[in-house]
Amino acid sequence: MAKITYVEHNGKEHVLDVKTGLSVMEGAVKNNIPGIDADCGGACACATCHVYVDEAWLDKTGDKSAMEESMLDFAENVEPNSRLSCQIKVTDALDGLRVTMPESQH
Amino acid sequence: MSDAGAGVVIVGAGHAGGSAAAMLRQAGYDGPLTILGDEPILPYQRPPLSKAWLKGEADAESLALRPDSFYTENHIKVRLGERVQSISRSAQLVTLASGETVPYDALIIATGARARLLTIPGSDLDGVQPLRSAADAEQLKKALGPGKRLAVVGGGYIGLEAAASARALGAEAVVIEAQPRILGRSSHESLALFYTDYHRGKGVEIILDASIEAFEGKDGHVTGVRLSDGIVVPCDHVVVGVGVIPNDDLARDAGLETANGVVVDLDARTADPAIYAIGDVSHRPLPGYGRMFRLESVANALEQARQAAYHIVGKPAPAPEVTWNWSDQYDLKYQLAGMPFDVDRVLVRGDPASGKFAVFHLNGDRIQAVESVNAPAEFMGGKLLIGSRKPVDLAKLADTTVSMKEVAAS
Repeated sequence: MAKITYVEHNGKEHVLDVKTGLSVMEGAVKNNIPGIDADCGGACACATCHVYVDEAWLDKTGDKSAMEESMLDFAENVEPNSRLSCQIKVTDALDGLRVTMPESQH
Repeated sequence: MSDAGAGVVIVGAGHAGGSAAAMLRQAGYDGPLTILGDEPILPYQRPPLSKAWLKGEADAESLALRPDSFYTENHIKVRLGERVQSISRSAQLVTLASGETVPYDALIIATGARARLLTIPGSDLDGVQPLRSAADAEQLKKALGPGKRLAVVGGGYIGLEAAASARALGAEAVVIEAQPRILGRSSHESLALFYTDYHRGKGVEIILDASIEAFEGKDGHVTGVRLSDGIVVPCDHVVVGVGVIPNDDLARDAGLETANGVVVDLDARTADPAIYAIGDVSHRPLPGYGRMFRLESVANALEQARQAAYHIVGKPAPAPEVTWNWSDQYDLKYQLAGMPFDVDRVLVRGDPASGKFAVFHLNGDRIQAVESVNAPAEFMGGKLLIGSRKPVDLAKLADTTVSMKEVAAS
């Protein structure tokens, strides 16, 4: 279990306990957190689960695969700390993680 | 529309129906909201049924579109195991199989499509099945494993995914296709050749130009597929993946216009102002292609769910999206953006032999569709260019030393 803070684009925060093994995307979708669409359900096929990872957590969330990098390259409002949340697996090491959602996923 | 009345009734609890309910609440609709579904489970995702779920990489919980609590928290009444028999447009109500009637102010038809079945001898043997529902997938998963042999009838994406998943589970697989090549309905020939080679390399037998005469069985269970040349392909189980038929009878019987699906406009609305149709069951306008078409994809289900929800609450229509789809087989990610209509030439970017390439379907210097394999930049860049209708520098597009970012910007 890891405590993850999801911050909507308007600043509204949701603090959740997310089961290890799920993805950061699944943590949001299963708890009805708006702002992460995840149209493809986590197949890294659509880039609609874009989040900004809090700088302090960038190392712990690991590296982007080439696939994720390419998908993100064409998403809107991409920043150096952009990730596709379906590609971040929740582990105990991510306890305290904070991610922020972009204005829109489409 | 009055919030105090009968509210919105959604017929069909699939990806489209479930999403429409969620989007109505997100869009601010606070009236009564009912989903009527004939399957026994809450709305779930179908794509993993032939992919991650079948291979055991995703559990049942991860299939659910939303957790159970979503529906109670959002006051969405979900009635499962209920089949709608008819729509009375004049009375604005639907009649269930039990005879009970459910009134509506707005009705969303999201009945999806059903797998096309074969009627050749032996089609009713145990072990011969389609792959459409969670129940189908459960049945198939039980039949796969080391020492088993799966025969797939139809070389489309569903069938090929089933074959790839069967291999991942240690089963043998054979794909039987009636046409001279696989993926005839959906993809360019270069992709068909690529996937044929790739599957064969993974030990899948692919039989082309094959006409099936019958399924053979023993003690009521399938044991083989008999072809017209007399050859019997032995197997323990069969998946029939030969396309789907839209469940548009309900709408047709109610006097709504159908044409391979329920005819709707860009608000997903039928000619009856109180009735919408979304997802696989709808025959919809495709902006940018100047025609009507019936799409079978999650992206389409979500787009039309949004169109209907916005229209019902009186929000301006969402911007049209470029339709897209994907398929996972082995370590290959196939992505499609747009539709290959009115194509006068095809440009292949990258070398299929490298396992990473994209096929651009062009009309003059505009991209109509792109099909990519392990080439997400080509998919994303192509999708952007299809949406913008911007002419493309074809020399740059063909040159893999020029990045897709640069192609899209030029």
